[in-house]
Amino acid sequence: MARSGGSLRTYALSRIALTLPMVLILLTMVFLLMRVAPGDPVQSAVGGRLPPDQIAQIRADAGLDESLVVQYFEYLGQVATLDFGETITDNRPVSDVIIDSGGATLTLTLAALLVAVGLGLPLGLLAGRYRDTAIDGSLRIFGILTYAAPVFFVGLLAQLLFGSILGWLPTTGEADPITFVDEVTHILLIDSLIAGDTAAFQDALLHLVLPAATLGLLVTGVFLRLTRVNLMQALQGDYIEAARARGIGERSVVVRHAFRNALVPVITVFGLQVALLLSGAVLTELTFDWPGLGSELIAYLNERDYIAVQGIITVFALVVVVISILIDLVNAMIDPRVRY
Amino acid sequence: MAGTAAIEQSTRRSRFGRALKPFRDAQGLSRWLLWTGVALTMLFVMVAVLAPWIAPYDFNQVATSDGGPFPKQAAPSGEHWFGTSVRSEDVFSRVVFGARIAVEVVALAVAVSLVVGVPLGLISGYFGGWVDRVLVLIADALFAFPYLLLAIVIAFLLSDAIGGGVVTAALAITVVYVPQYFRVVRNSTLSAREATYVEAARALGARPRTVITRYLFGNVIQSVPVIATLNAADAMLTLAGLGFLGYGIQPTEGAEWGYDLQRAVLDVAADIWWTGVFPGMAIVLFVVALTLVGEGLNDTLNPTLRKRRIEKVHIPPRADAEQGARS
Repeated sequence: MARSGGSLRTYALSRIALTLPMVLILLTMVFLLMRVAPGDPVQSAVGGRLPPDQIAQIRADAGLDESLVVQYFEYLGQVATLDFGETITDNRPVSDVIIDSGGATLTLTLAALLVAVGLGLPLGLLAGRYRDTAIDGSLRIFGILTYAAPVFFVGLLAQLLFGSILGWLPTTGEADPITFVDEVTHILLIDSLIAGDTAAFQDALLHLVLPAATLGLLVTGVFLRLTRVNLMQALQGDYIEAARARGIGERSVVVRHAFRNALVPVITVFGLQVALLLSGAVLTELTFDWPGLGSELIAYLNERDYIAVQGIITVFALVVVVISILIDLVNAMIDPRVRY
Repeated sequence: MAGTAAIEQSTRRSRFGRALKPFRDAQGLSRWLLWTGVALTMLFVMVAVLAPWIAPYDFNQVATSDGGPFPKQAAPSGEHWFGTSVRSEDVFSRVVFGARIAVEVVALAVAVSLVVGVPLGLISGYFGGWVDRVLVLIADALFAFPYLLLAIVIAFLLSDAIGGGVVTAALAITVVYVPQYFRVVRNSTLSAREATYVEAARALGARPRTVITRYLFGNVIQSVPVIATLNAADAMLTLAGLGFLGYGIQPTEGAEWGYDLQRAVLDVAADIWWTGVFPGMAIVLFVVALTLVGEGLNDTLNPTLRKRRIEKVHIPPRADAEQGARS
């Protein structure tokens, strides 16, 4: 017991240590990408709107008049302290932008994940269990369709059907414009509960349905395919044969023996899908006018605000890295074979 | 010398045969998937090639040839099969020309990713050392990045530098997929490198170049067709995503489905469905087509999923007769 706990800690530490150079390269890439952009960032963001001395002031504040090497280390320092400077166009601390809009993105992605797990795992189980039957065939086609349909197209269809034609659900924004609750956690659902405003909570929940279902459907296909393939591979294992030979019922064999083991690779591969989920979130946010980080990113990108873009992109990248570490650790906890 | 030529010819023919093998081996559902995918993909390629002859109008035409302007946001009719957009363009013509952009960008993106990713993977896997370590780190870092963000940033930077055309979009997509080929090829090179036939080749004094091109390439390339087709599907989605965000093909350069969908989002509130539904369907169909090919190939090539048809054992009358029949 003690030994396995020790090796898990070793695993966790070495996993994190191995990630560090990767993160450094990632950060370097973000930094270099933002610097190879042609033209002067401040000039292209606010040029023509401000007198030259003010532009020079902004450049100095943002540290853009330093040499590249100094800028690089300043950037790394910023990341380490999670303070990404101030946006060029509207002088907000980037960390404020991230906290303000991050809640909406978090709500959207978690709700979508819930939809995806709730739909994808059972459907994948069904498809894998009834391999090569009509059920499997139609579920495979469903999986391919959810993958093939871009989120913004699904979103558009959902808006058409549930918004314009049926008029059941709101199609834009996070809440009605008149909704106002004190921002404590910056997650509207939680904030409205803290404020005790059930009407606002309900409103926020209704606004969440379509975006979450849209983004969720995208990832549902991934879960379905993964579960199906892994279940099929698990069902070929010797222990399944053994379980059947012992006379265990088919349902129990599939669900308790094969499905459980099939879930381990599903969790692993899911770690790789976080990037997909976040990319999808950017598109979903734009489709539904959802006030999240993706919307902010595109807005700042359109305004050529490099400081803001650099900060938001860094956060996105770090989130992916942290989640993939967490998932590997969870995996190591579940499956003792996953150790260095 | 004649003998060498004959061997060369026979290997070439068997290589061609090997390329077609999955099509012959596929059966049941996989066969159906594969052939439907191939047929649909061919359809899109045909539409792309013949776009000027299929589309009744040009992609940015807003008036008939005698100067009469098209109606704005008109519903589908005999005149305009898929209706017209807010800028009075013919939606059907834009969907047809969109196939051209889609096929061009996807083909270019996949080709460039292969040309860059496969050699890098081979070299990195065969030689190892610090080059390998650095490349793996970079690939991992790129892989961890939300792919769309990466593509947006690259497209954004490139469009300032070389303008927003097919090449820009394709290159932005390429950056996303190179790490995937690199990884797969590198990993299979790592295991193939230790194989006896590679050792034998080295023992015979073959130079690394020869080992890589003659022995490793053919053996590690097996998994690439599946990834390439699945990536092509992904590339289409990335292109549409870029277009939707306004960082894809510029509207003056050609018709792009994702860009049209972005315009259509505003129409939805006014119950105008035709500007969004048709380009969207085109994206879905094209991606489905490419995915079906990839899935079908995967079903027949991936040994853990493959189910082979049980064939009657056929014992050839004479070994050399069979040899002759095959070559």
